[in-house]
Amino acid sequence: MKAETPRPAGSGFGEAIMVPVRLAMGLVDAPLRWVQRRLGIGGMAAFFLLPNMLIFGIFVLLPFFINFAYSMTGGTALFLDDRTFVGTDQYARLFDCSNYIDPNSCTEDTFWTAVGNTAWFVVLQVTLMILFSLITALILNRELMARSFWRAVFFFPVLLSPVVVGLIWKWILQRQGLLNFALYGFGFEPYTWLNDRNWAFAAAVGVSIWAHMGFYTLILLAGLQAIPKDLYEAAEMDGTRPARAFWRITLPLLMPNLLVVIVLVLIRAVQIFDEVYVLTGGGPGTSTLYLTQYIYETGFATQLRNPGLAAAASILMGMVLVVLTLIQLGLGRSSEKKGSRK
Amino acid sequence: MSRIAAFIFRRKGRNGWHWTDIVTWIWLVGGLLIMFGPAVWLVGSSFKSPAALAEFPPTILPYVTQKATVEGYDKPLDLYDATLPDGSKAVLAEVRRIGVISQMVDPEKPGEIIKVNISQRTPVRTMAFATTNYTEPFTQFDFVRYLWNSVFVTVTATLITLVVNSMAAFALSKYEFRGRTFAMLLILATLMVPLSVIMVPLYSIVSALGLFNNLWGVILPTVATPTGVFILRQYMLTIPDELIDAARMDKASEWQIYWRIVLPLTAPALAVLAIFSVVWRWNDFLWPLIVLSRKELYTLQVGLSIYSGELNVQWHFILAMTVVTMIPVVLVFIFLQRFITTGIAGTGLK
Amino acid sequence: MTKTRTMLAAFAVGLLTSTAAMAGDVRIMWYSDGVEGEVLKDLLDRFMKENPGINVILDNVSYSVVREQLPVQLEAGDGPDIARVTNLKAQSQHWLDLRPLVADAAYWDTNFGDQADWMRPDGSNQISGFMTQITIAGGFANKTLFDQAGVAVPGKDATWDDWAKAARQVAESQQVPFPMALDRSGHRLSGPNLSYGANYIGADGKPAPLDEGSKAFLEKFVGWIADGTMSKDVWVSAAGSTYRAAADDFINGQLVYYYSGSWQVPNFSTKIGSNFDWVATGSPCGPANCTGMTGGAGLVAIKYTKNPEEVAKVMDYLAREDIVKEFSERTLFLPAHKGVLAKGLDFKTDDAQAQAALNEFVAAASSLSDLARKLPGWHWSDTVYGALVTRVSQAAAGEMPLNEAVTRIDADIAAKVKDSGL
Repeated sequence: MKAETPRPAGSGFGEAIMVPVRLAMGLVDAPLRWVQRRLGIGGMAAFFLLPNMLIFGIFVLLPFFINFAYSMTGGTALFLDDRTFVGTDQYARLFDCSNYIDPNSCTEDTFWTAVGNTAWFVVLQVTLMILFSLITALILNRELMARSFWRAVFFFPVLLSPVVVGLIWKWILQRQGLLNFALYGFGFEPYTWLNDRNWAFAAAVGVSIWAHMGFYTLILLAGLQAIPKDLYEAAEMDGTRPARAFWRITLPLLMPNLLVVIVLVLIRAVQIFDEVYVLTGGGPGTSTLYLTQYIYETGFATQLRNPGLAAAASILMGMVLVVLTLIQLGLGRSSEKKGSRK
Repeated sequence: MSRIAAFIFRRKGRNGWHWTDIVTWIWLVGGLLIMFGPAVWLVGSSFKSPAALAEFPPTILPYVTQKATVEGYDKPLDLYDATLPDGSKAVLAEVRRIGVISQMVDPEKPGEIIKVNISQRTPVRTMAFATTNYTEPFTQFDFVRYLWNSVFVTVTATLITLVVNSMAAFALSKYEFRGRTFAMLLILATLMVPLSVIMVPLYSIVSALGLFNNLWGVILPTVATPTGVFILRQYMLTIPDELIDAARMDKASEWQIYWRIVLPLTAPALAVLAIFSVVWRWNDFLWPLIVLSRKELYTLQVGLSIYSGELNVQWHFILAMTVVTMIPVVLVFIFLQRFITTGIAGTGLK
Repeated sequence: MTKTRTMLAAFAVGLLTSTAAMAGDVRIMWYSDGVEGEVLKDLLDRFMKENPGINVILDNVSYSVVREQLPVQLEAGDGPDIARVTNLKAQSQHWLDLRPLVADAAYWDTNFGDQADWMRPDGSNQISGFMTQITIAGGFANKTLFDQAGVAVPGKDATWDDWAKAARQVAESQQVPFPMALDRSGHRLSGPNLSYGANYIGADGKPAPLDEGSKAFLEKFVGWIADGTMSKDVWVSAAGSTYRAAADDFINGQLVYYYSGSWQVPNFSTKIGSNFDWVATGSPCGPANCTGMTGGAGLVAIKYTKNPEEVAKVMDYLAREDIVKEFSERTLFLPAHKGVLAKGLDFKTDDAQAQAALNEFVAAASSLSDLARKLPGWHWSDTVYGALVTRVSQAAAGEMPLNEAVTRIDADIAAKVKDSGL
C-alpha cells in the first residue's frame, strides 16, 4: 500500500527554516548525551515520550478522571472540593425510567431524547458520509482535467471552523436565506426549513457531511491510488466486468483505509455538536438536540448547572464510543485478514 | 496511476460520452457549487446593511434605496418608481408617509405634493457595499492586537505540537518498551473525549494552574493532539530501522538520531500536521472564549463574538469579521493545498 | 487533590505571565446589544481624563460570556471589578457592598432604590450597583398593515383575545404569514401569565407549581401556535432555554403584532426606517391585569476586586445624573434613575416613531403589577423562565401535550431547587 510519497516536497521548503532549529537542537545535544548515559537507550524512549505525556496527562487525562469524580458528586458547586459525594445517584437519575421504551417516561427525558436523536444521526450520517466520500474518491481517481483543483474543491470546507460552517448554512437555510430566495424565483412561498423536524434533521446531517467529507475523501483517494494497476489489467484480461472488478478488487483492497474512515466518522458523528448547535440550536423542539449539546448545556450553559449529571452522561457517552470502536476494529480485523494494514 | 482509474471506467472518452463521464461531471460541477457557493453567499451578505440582511426576498448583491437631495428639504429623500393616479409612471421622492398614503414630490418640481398609495410605488435601488461593516469594527476594536494574539497562539501551539508530538511518535515507533501499545491506545482514546464534555474539569485545572486569562491557557491544552501523534507515528514506521541502527554504530546519540535522521525523513508528515495545526488553532473558538475574558488577550475568533448581545445580535459585524478571519485560512488553502492534499494521501493515514 | 494542585501550581510558575491587577486598574466586563459599548467607552474616556490615577479597562464580551463564564470565575473568587449582568439576584453573594464606599449613599438610595433589591442578598441593605437599563416588555403593532386592512388598532384596554382577533383579521386581509409573535423567552411569556393571574412564588419563597393563571394562558398560547395565530417559528427554533427573537419578521412586515420589549426600539428604528409605520402598544390585558414584565441589565461591583476605592469612584461617576441621562439618551435605553426620569429625557433620535415608542414604554412602566416588579429580584426567576421556555417550546413543536409540559415544568423546577441544596 505504498502511495507515492512526496518526500522531497517538504525538505526543500523546510531547509531554510531548519538552520536556526539545527543550531538549537545541537546545543541541546550535549546535556542529552548525559541523560542518555544515565537512562540508557531504552530509557530515552521515556524521555521522548515525557513532554507529550505530561501535557496529555494534565490537560486530557486528569480532566477525564476529574470528570469521573464529578459524576459521583451532586450539587451546583463548580469546584470538586465544594461538592458532596452522592455515589451513583447521577447515573441512577439518568436511568430512572418507568418504561424503557418511551423516553418521555424518564426523569431525564431530555437525555434520552438526545440519545435517540444521536443514534439516528449516527446511522444516517455515517452511511451517507462513507457513501459520498467513496463516490467522490472514485470520481477523483479517474483521469481528470485539473484533478488537484477538484480535489481541493471538495477539501475546502474542512478548513473552516465549525462556527463558520454553522453560520454559513444558517444564512442559507433561514427564512430570508438563499434557498428560499432561489425557490421564490420559481414561485414557491418562503419556508422555514430549520423549523421543520425532518428538514432540520436533514440539514444537520447534510451540513456535517459538507464540512468533513473532504478529509475522508482524501484518505480513501490515497487508498485507491495505492491499488496496483496490474490487478485491474489481469482482471481485464480475464474479461471481468468493471462492476465486478470494483467489488472484487477495489473494495477489499480499500478496506484498511475504509476502516480508518469508518472509525473516525463514527467517533465524530457521536460527538456532533458545534456546527449543528450554531445551525439549529437543537430545534425545532428537541429534534436536533444531540448528546454533546445536552452535556454542554446541563453542565455549563445554564444558570443552575449540574456538572455531576453532565459528567455522568459524558462517561456513558465515552463508554459507548469505546465499545463501538472496539466492535468496528474487531469486525475489520476478522473480515480482512489478508489486508496489508501497516 | 490515473490509468488505473481510466481502467475502471475504461470506455471513458473512447467512443463519445459514457454514462460515468456524465455522472462525473455532474458530481464535480455540483460539488463546485455546493462547496464554494455558500462561502460566496456569506461574503456577499457581509457587505449588506443591517436592514438589507433582514430583508426578504434577499438580493444577491447588496442594494440600498437611492436617495436624492430635493430643494426645500434638509435631508436626502428616498426615491421611488411610482404609478401616478392617472396611470403614468414617474420617479418621485418621498417626503413623508401617513398610513398607506405616501406624499411624494417630483425632484424637478419640488413645490407640488403628489399623493400615492404605497402599493403603487417601489423603491429605486442602487448597489452599495456596506463597507462600514468592516471599517467600524476595525476602529472599535483593537484589531491588530487580536490578530497578534491569534498569530501568537497559532504559531506557538503549532511549534510545540510539532516538537512534542514528533518526539512521542518517535518513541512509540522506534523503541520497544513495555506499555508501548498501552500508551498508544491511551493517546488514541482521547479521540473519544471531546472538549465540550470535559470543559468543567479542564477549566478548574487551568484556573488552578493560574493559566486563566493567559494565552498559555489556550495553547497548552491543545498541543498534545492524538491525531498528530498518530499521523507521525504511522509515517515513522515506514522509516527503515537499519538507518537508526547504522547511526547508533556511528555513536550518534538518540537525540541526534531523532532530529538528524528521523525528523528530516518525516518532513511531509510534519508539513501536513503543521498545516492542520495552524488551521485548528486559528479556528479555535469555544475554549478561548472560556479562558480569555480580557480584551488585550482576545484572539480574533473571540473578538468577533462580542457582537452577540443578550437581546440582539449584530449580524452585519459578525458576518464581516467572520470573512476577515477566514482570509488566512483561504490563503493557506490557495498556497498550500497541494501540500495538504498530496500530503494526506502520502501520510500514515492508510 | 491538594497535592495535585500544588504540583500543578508549581508547574504553572514557569508559564505565568503577570495577571495580577495593577493598582488603580478597574476592569469592566460589558456586553452590548447595540451601540452602548461605544457610548460607555466615550464616557469612561472622559472619566479617565478627570481622574488620571484610575485606569478603567473596558472588556467587551459576548453575552454568553456573562451568562456562562462569569459565574464560574465568580465561584473561583475571581473575575472583573465591575460587570454588566442580567442574573443579578442569584449571584448577589458575589457583589461588593458599595454603601460605605460611595460618596453619597443617600443619592443612590433615592435614585436607584427601587431596583436595589434586585441585586442584593435578601434582607440586606447593600448597594451593589445600578441598572444601566430598565427593560419593559410590551407589544409592537405594524400600523401600516392595520391601516391597509382597515382594522382599528386595539386600544389601551384591549385584551390578548382582542389583539389576537384583530391581528388575525389583518393578517388574513393583507396576506401576511404571521398574525402574532412572542419572543422565545420565559421572561416575555411571564408577562401574559401574570396578567392571567399567575403567581410563581410559593409561600416559602421557593417556586410554587404552576397555578391556574399560568395554565390558562399557556393553554391559550399553545392553542394559538397550533392554529397559526402565534408564529410557531420562533418558539421551535431551538432546544433548551436559548433566547430567540422574532424581530426580523416584524422588520420585514411579515408580522402584524409582535410582543417583545423596549430594547427593540433602537433596532426597529435603524432597520425599519420609513418602510412602514409601527407603534408600541404596551401590554395587552388578561383577566387579572394588564402587566408586562420588567427587568434589565445592572452594572454591579464585584467583591473580589483589589481596588474597591477606585471601583466606587467609577460607579459614582457612571451613576451621576448627567451621565445616566447622556448614556440613556444616546443608547435609547430607559434609565432607572428616578431624577432623570422625573425630568424627562430627550432621546437622541430623529425618528419620531422611536421617540413615541420610547415614551409609550416609559408610560407603560406605571401599569406593571407588583409581582412583575418583584420577579426580577426573586432568586428563582431564571430557573422558572428556563423551564417554561424549554417545555412550552416542546409543546409548541408538538412533541408533548401541554398538560405533560406543565408537569415537566414543575418537575424540572423542583429538580433544580433540589440540586441547589437551598
